[in-house]
Amino acid sequence: MTSKATESDTAEQGLEERFDELLDHYRGEKGALVPLLQGAQEIFGYLPEPVMRRVAEASGEPLSKALGVATFYAQFRLRPHAKHTIRCCHGTACHVSGAARISEEIEKYLGIHAGENTADMLYTIEEVHCVGACGMAPVVMIDDRAHGKLTPDKAVDVVQAFRAQVEGDGSGATNGGSADDGGEADA
Amino acid sequence: MTTAQRTLIKPEPQRPRVTEPDVDIRICLGTGGVAAGSREVLQAFEEEVERTGVLALIRPREDTCSGRSAAVTGTGCQGLCAMDPLVEIHLRRNGSKSKVTYGQVTPAMVPEIMSKHILGGEPIEKWLVLTDEGPTEYNAFFDGQEKLTLRHVGIIDPEDIDDYLEAGGYQALYKVLSTMTPAEVIDEIKRSGLRGRGGAGFPTGQKWEFAAGYNSPDGVKYFICNGDEGDPGAFMDCSALEGEPHAVFEGMAIGAYAIGASVGYMYVRAEYPLALRRIKIGLKAAEERGLIGDNIMGSDFSFHIRLKEGAGAFVCGEETALMQSIEGERGMPRLRPPFPAESGLWERPSNINNVETLAVVPWIIENGADAFAARGYERSKGTKVFALAGKVNRTGLAEVPMGMTLREVIFGIGGGVKNNKKFKAVQMGGPSGGCLPESMLDLPVDYETINQTGAIVGSGGMIVIDEDNCIVDTARYFLSFTQQESCGKCPPCRIGTKRMLDVLNKICDGKGTLADIDFLEEMAAQVKVGSLCALGGTAPNPVLTALKYFRDEFEEHVVDKKCRAGICTALVRYSIDAEACTGCRACVRVCPTGAITGERKEPHVLNQELCIKCGACYEKCRFDAVRRS
Repeated sequence: MTSKATESDTAEQGLEERFDELLDHYRGEKGALVPLLQGAQEIFGYLPEPVMRRVAEASGEPLSKALGVATFYAQFRLRPHAKHTIRCCHGTACHVSGAARISEEIEKYLGIHAGENTADMLYTIEEVHCVGACGMAPVVMIDDRAHGKLTPDKAVDVVQAFRAQVEGDGSGATNGGSADDGGEADA
Repeated sequence: MTTAQRTLIKPEPQRPRVTEPDVDIRICLGTGGVAAGSREVLQAFEEEVERTGVLALIRPREDTCSGRSAAVTGTGCQGLCAMDPLVEIHLRRNGSKSKVTYGQVTPAMVPEIMSKHILGGEPIEKWLVLTDEGPTEYNAFFDGQEKLTLRHVGIIDPEDIDDYLEAGGYQALYKVLSTMTPAEVIDEIKRSGLRGRGGAGFPTGQKWEFAAGYNSPDGVKYFICNGDEGDPGAFMDCSALEGEPHAVFEGMAIGAYAIGASVGYMYVRAEYPLALRRIKIGLKAAEERGLIGDNIMGSDFSFHIRLKEGAGAFVCGEETALMQSIEGERGMPRLRPPFPAESGLWERPSNINNVETLAVVPWIIENGADAFAARGYERSKGTKVFALAGKVNRTGLAEVPMGMTLREVIFGIGGGVKNNKKFKAVQMGGPSGGCLPESMLDLPVDYETINQTGAIVGSGGMIVIDEDNCIVDTARYFLSFTQQESCGKCPPCRIGTKRMLDVLNKICDGKGTLADIDFLEEMAAQVKVGSLCALGGTAPNPVLTALKYFRDEFEEHVVDKKCRAGICTALVRYSIDAEACTGCRACVRVCPTGAITGERKEPHVLNQELCIKCGACYEKCRFDAVRRS
């Protein structure tokens, strides 16, 4: 218990340190607001208010402006984001090849809508416009990996396989499906 | 003035030139290839190479950038995405050479390719998509193409600068710096007839001439590369950046020299992680070799490139919005004049070109303006890369001389419509363009001709739509896109696109009237004239072209309350044909609302009251017993 707490404390310290470095790196540089926000989001996963305040201060802009920029671009998130992102591509090629049904099935499978996180904070579904793999439409990207030529069924399989991989090794996964741990798992 | 010959350091690869390897395996690692699983295939080849000990035959070199052994080369997009993962194999045995390409390769196929073909010398015919002997059905995809912009893409390793240098990379920049004045460079590009490939088609040489004509008080000028490829359905810039980033750096440096800029920016979408990664690797290598940075090749010309990641806003593809975004502001377009050439980024003279435009510049310098201008059609010179996608058999990237007809591109190169369905339209120019019907397939693809139809060449996306796609839904799709992406500055765009979208939703929901169609036309005209930038100015195009060429489908939606493609759910009705139903219960299991009932081996029944029209039963039925009307 105590060791776990210290572990997470150090992890947090690491984040703070990285954030300080980022702020120092861009302090006083013109036009740094966007890269500052991008960097901060990469460190914390999203942009909570205290982070926004410090970004604004480092960039020499009022908080209102920093918030204005953060809400203008689709990339920035003001709320926490789950660990893994499932991006359902809704570019033109994907749209005409049935992206809507694919989104629907993935949403149904994970029990959340696009823009939401699963309760365990492992997955977020996003709808995006074009990931640049139109030749393989319809496409779903899980983190940085694209999966193409999907059908609604195949899309769910892909997410399921990813889940098994993520949850299968390590903490109390329920039905990971991977035969690790050297023994039988379920019936 | 003509320049005296300057003595500069000629760019050369650093690794020793090796004789041609006996075995050379090249695997497509573009985004499309990766989506099809090419990384796993590459890994399988590497393992197999190791296991069989064939390594000794493979080109003996170290990859200078990534440090890994280059037994197997990962390349950029090889073009024919439909058959990804593509694996090209070059073999040299007993003095004769052969080159073949395998398509849709899986890791399981790799051991057999290795033992039978690479070691045994017998290609495995059933998996081949291309050979240098007899033609296959896929030859047509490559036959009509002419690769100038993408000449190295899909051939060389984009993460290895020596690959680019071995292929003659940076020689155009060397030629420019050692033998040409800035004015001569501009003249060359002007004479080539090159026009902006990002969509507007503005003459590139003229743009450079404007920028060269302005000076800033502190001497700072900017040269910007627009890699914010936002058109959903276009991926040529993505592939160019992933497949050969150095060609873009070289084009930028040549342009910067021509206009007198010392600082460059590349603005690239954050949605392209692979392209960003390869740009970073490439920039570092180019700087280390003195090809980008201070005193390039020992000359007095210095040019630095900075990379900016876009944060996800379509409007940032507009040049003034893009510059606002680099400045760390909200990316909102501003009034022109002043044009960027006079006052752009941080109020300095700036020039901005699209990725594809810049990637072809080295070719023009090397081969001359005349060679480029000899290709193409009327006022549209050279070649253009098109992204073929949607319901077309051979999806992929095709670079063709401008002026080829739509039919030649879609049916010749693309191999026609998938699954023998009926062609309905080709969408060109994304959210700023429109859908063209079959009757226009014989039009040549050049800027002027396509503009006259109401669509645009745009960035070169060609999405084929078949009888299973609804034209009203397609128009709605684009409007919903532009409505979301409107920056909000101009009310006609911000509110007008919203109102148009509301009406299109109403029509798709079966509640539209004929007056709604008139309203769409009226509102479209208002949005067009009342918007500051091209986003709003062209946002109504998808609706206007749809109305122009497919008005009957709109009328069908509002008068007959029918969607012939079965896409608009509110206008669709599912039923089960008792004759065709075998009673397999597949639809019963898949129905989320329990609307379908029936015993095994008895015809099933669908309760219309409970049906939510999700279409799951329709997709599942293998006996065509579920009918959609």
